[in-house]
Amino acid sequence: MKIKDFIEKVKNSEIDIAEHTEKVIEECKKINKEYNYFNTISEELALKQANNIKKLIKNKDNSIKNKKLLGVAISVKDSICVKGVESTAGSRILKGYMPLFNATVIEKVIEEGGIIIGKTSQDEFGFGSFSVNVGIGYKIPKNPIDKERSCGGSSGGAAGIAKKAEFPHIALGESTGGSIAAPASFCDAFGLCPTYGRNSRYGLMDFGNSLDKIGPIGKTCYETALLQEVISGYDENDSTSLNVKNENYEDYLKKPIKNMKIGVIKEAFGKGNDKSVEKHVYNGIKILENEGVKADEISLELPIKYGIATYYMIATSEASTNLAKYCGMRYGSAEKLEGSFNEYFTKVRSNNFGDEAKRRIILGTFARMAGFRDAYYIKAMKTRTLMINEYKKAFKKFDALVSPTVPILPPKFSEIEKLTPLQNYMTDVMLVSPNVAGLPHLSIPVGNENGLPVGMLLTGDHLQEGKLLQLANVFEEK
Amino acid sequence: MDIDRKLLEHVAEVARLKLTEEEIKKFLPQLKEALEFFSQLMEVNTENVKPSFQPVELKNVMREDVEKKCLSRDDALSLTEHKKDGYFKGPRAV
Repeated sequence: MKIKDFIEKVKNSEIDIAEHTEKVIEECKKINKEYNYFNTISEELALKQANNIKKLIKNKDNSIKNKKLLGVAISVKDSICVKGVESTAGSRILKGYMPLFNATVIEKVIEEGGIIIGKTSQDEFGFGSFSVNVGIGYKIPKNPIDKERSCGGSSGGAAGIAKKAEFPHIALGESTGGSIAAPASFCDAFGLCPTYGRNSRYGLMDFGNSLDKIGPIGKTCYETALLQEVISGYDENDSTSLNVKNENYEDYLKKPIKNMKIGVIKEAFGKGNDKSVEKHVYNGIKILENEGVKADEISLELPIKYGIATYYMIATSEASTNLAKYCGMRYGSAEKLEGSFNEYFTKVRSNNFGDEAKRRIILGTFARMAGFRDAYYIKAMKTRTLMINEYKKAFKKFDALVSPTVPILPPKFSEIEKLTPLQNYMTDVMLVSPNVAGLPHLSIPVGNENGLPVGMLLTGDHLQEGKLLQLANVFEEK
Repeated sequence: MDIDRKLLEHVAEVARLKLTEEEIKKFLPQLKEALEFFSQLMEVNTENVKPSFQPVELKNVMREDVEKKCLSRDDALSLTEHKKDGYFKGPRAV
């Protein structure tokens, strides 16, 4: 059932939202046993919300008339705070943490009648491309199409449930260096990472402050646009939030795309790519051309060549400072208070962070240390300026840029095990640069190779999410 | 820049991490490989280029200096077992 029709049926009581939500929770539990998409299923909160909505409907309360997500199940990446629901960013160091407040995006979802069904699994703090770097004691989400394969990361559980759920549902994901688009691509879903600052980060557990964005993952382009519309907007609680006009993203879906211009990124094709991925992306470009879109090649040498190094230097530097606050005091995992403060903090951190978190803390600490700071951290920040300039030049000519989302098909877990951390990082080659430049980007499911999904990435200029959705909507029916 | 065992242990200490022997053996070649690759940044000509600490231009945001509702003391203390007399209790500082 289309979400639009579902919401109507909830409004006029054709669907009993309390009964429906009970079924949704049961279904989530069942799926979770097999696929590990949730770290926590928020049954109590979901049923409470559903009963409240039911009451409002029964009382013919006027407030329900225009609710954009009335009764729709919304899953939330574990790194986004939900009041009273365990929120850990997939890390043992936050085990037992029950936030005392909602993230702004959660407030907005609840205000529009969305029902919070649980916290989705992810790489610890977002540190990964395949959702295999989960924290100590957490389970790895499995690809909804083939359980031997990865969901992509780091919003793996979010994309997995977006594909697997047969009930009306949209996922809230988060991207620092590609963590919305990559799992969307591997799980055959639409994933929109907005412009940096477009959606409030208040209540999001920081990974990289100058990189983190919350965004939607949905089975359809319409759902993705709908959730983005709900969660976007200025927030005085987030000092990096952009004070710009809200947009009606649904309207973009109705606009014609004829004569829009897309730039096909030259360096994103060829060496290192799976040929079948390229085939489907070229086919996606053809589909756009058939609708009257003009495609031309563009060279973006700097972002593709130096994106990985730039991104990882910035991201690990910021992560290492952000993770300094996890030390076994005030909230999260704690140990018996003994030894000096350095001994205590070291014990808590060493016992509770997973391998990739430790590696990234060390890389980032190194990049910021006296003697190395100018060579690594500042150098990366300067390269970022050059990358932004190169993109801005491209957007003078094009409405959007095109590449594969990920250069490979979803790999098997047995294949991922053989990769070194650097080889892992290279998977993000198409995705890190738009993230470093704070540009909106959207992964579109454009086809499958023997059932394995392929995503095509559209990248737009700052605040041009609408244009990306406009182009992506062509693939809604295809 | 080459990272060796001594530097790795020093950086870990700065970051308040104590690595086991096994972790040192595992991480050292992995970090070496990554840092070697990241060093390609040195090739980029960034003369006269300003660093971008944010991807979009941001301005300082101020608000009126008036009292606002905030977390109560009880709530703030509710998430830890380490507390005493209305304060957080931490490890020994001196």
